[in-house]
Amino acid sequence: MIDGSQVLVTAGIVLAFALNGAVIFTILDVKGASWMQRRPGPLHVGLRGFIFPLAEIIKFFQKEDITPTNVDSAVFKWAPAYVLASVFGLFVVVPISPTLVGSDLDLGVFYLLAISSLSTLGVLTAGWSSANKYSLMGGIRAAGQLIAYELPLILAVVGVVIQAETMSLVGIVEKQIEFGLPFVLSGQGLAFLIFMIAATAEMMRVPFDMPIGESELVSGFLTEYSGVRFLIFYIAEYMNMFILCAVASTLFLGGYHVPLLPAEWVNFYGPVALLTKTVLLGFILVLVRWSFPRFREDQLQNLAWKILIPLSLLNILITSIMKVVF
Amino acid sequence: MKNFRPKLPGFLTGMKILLFNMFKTLSPLSPNPNVNYPFEKEIVAPRARGVIALDQEACTSCMLCARQCPDWCIYIEGHKELQPPAKPGGRQRSRAVLDRFDIDYALCMYCGICVEVCPFDALFWTPEYEYSEYNMGDMLHDKSRLDEWLDTVPEVEGLES
Repeated sequence: MIDGSQVLVTAGIVLAFALNGAVIFTILDVKGASWMQRRPGPLHVGLRGFIFPLAEIIKFFQKEDITPTNVDSAVFKWAPAYVLASVFGLFVVVPISPTLVGSDLDLGVFYLLAISSLSTLGVLTAGWSSANKYSLMGGIRAAGQLIAYELPLILAVVGVVIQAETMSLVGIVEKQIEFGLPFVLSGQGLAFLIFMIAATAEMMRVPFDMPIGESELVSGFLTEYSGVRFLIFYIAEYMNMFILCAVASTLFLGGYHVPLLPAEWVNFYGPVALLTKTVLLGFILVLVRWSFPRFREDQLQNLAWKILIPLSLLNILITSIMKVVF
Repeated sequence: MKNFRPKLPGFLTGMKILLFNMFKTLSPLSPNPNVNYPFEKEIVAPRARGVIALDQEACTSCMLCARQCPDWCIYIEGHKELQPPAKPGGRQRSRAVLDRFDIDYALCMYCGICVEVCPFDALFWTPEYEYSEYNMGDMLHDKSRLDEWLDTVPEVEGLES
């Protein structure tokens, strides 16, 4: 069923999708932020500044890639690859239409959550191997945060899985089409909220950017990285943002489905619909980024363990009761 | 309870302000507060403290400004020249000639004490602001440069006392 060329084509499509997602979200983040602050934003690089991520990538490529003398060289050099690989892995299962999907696994959601926790490893090794106290602190903080927020993320998704009775992402979207309403409006609103908060923490964006808090740790686990390796972390961050927004719109907002459009043409409007929903969620993340101050470390952990996890357990309870009753 | 008005919680208010700002920035109707600097120039207030200009003729190299300067960024050198007497048989007068008057703008903190303290009205504020250099050492501007800026001193009526 799967031959080599098909795997290659799928990998190429996933790669293109992932990189384009990162570029779109970089533009969204920078341009959106500047518009919200009454600025025009980057303006001088072609098309009124809208292709500046390309210039930025070229800039990072011509910078020197410094490896400090005392670092654990092999680990230091390969840490970005872990993060990038875990993010690429996420792109494989997200459907942009019922047939346009890298691989429609039966355990899609399970695979997604398992792979996304791999990036913790990359971040922790990056911090550990850098031979720098700021990196170490940042890496440990990042690990603590990622583990803490992994749980509400998973538990929020469990509610969706119970309601959809399937773990395949295509199956979840089909269930929402069958039901007539996206899950965010039909019982999983709380789960959506928890998922978005936990996802923001997973991508280490403001207000959850304690691991790279630049006022106390220079740049957290990124302190010693420069040049291409920094670029890999940077791109992985934006790809992670893109893919978590895409997953959220698949699980809660109906993914590729648009009501009132003929289902036969879903291959044409599906990707556009998913992209629109993703960009809308990303826009909310940009809004959140510029309106909230950073959480302190204890507040951050309290939010995860004392509020989000009990709430998500409650959500699971309610969902299962409703499932049994109706 | 009469004047009860439902209020947005604080965190939503912040987001609302950001959204309104974004629509203002994107709509062509609202005025653009930005100045695209190298291509457009800002219109500076006439009393803006851009740079200090020197009137060489008025300066008597009395060194008051150099002494009062908190950063010691003013360097003055001068000598005295004897002048022919004003009327025949009179006494020869000496006159101070300014040799060097440099202000190191890398050090200057624009406090304006030198302008205040000058008893001969030789130093002025001007709104000129484009005198940056690529090199720190080049920020030491000499008296001919300071004299050029005298032309940009705006005509303002004196402060009421």
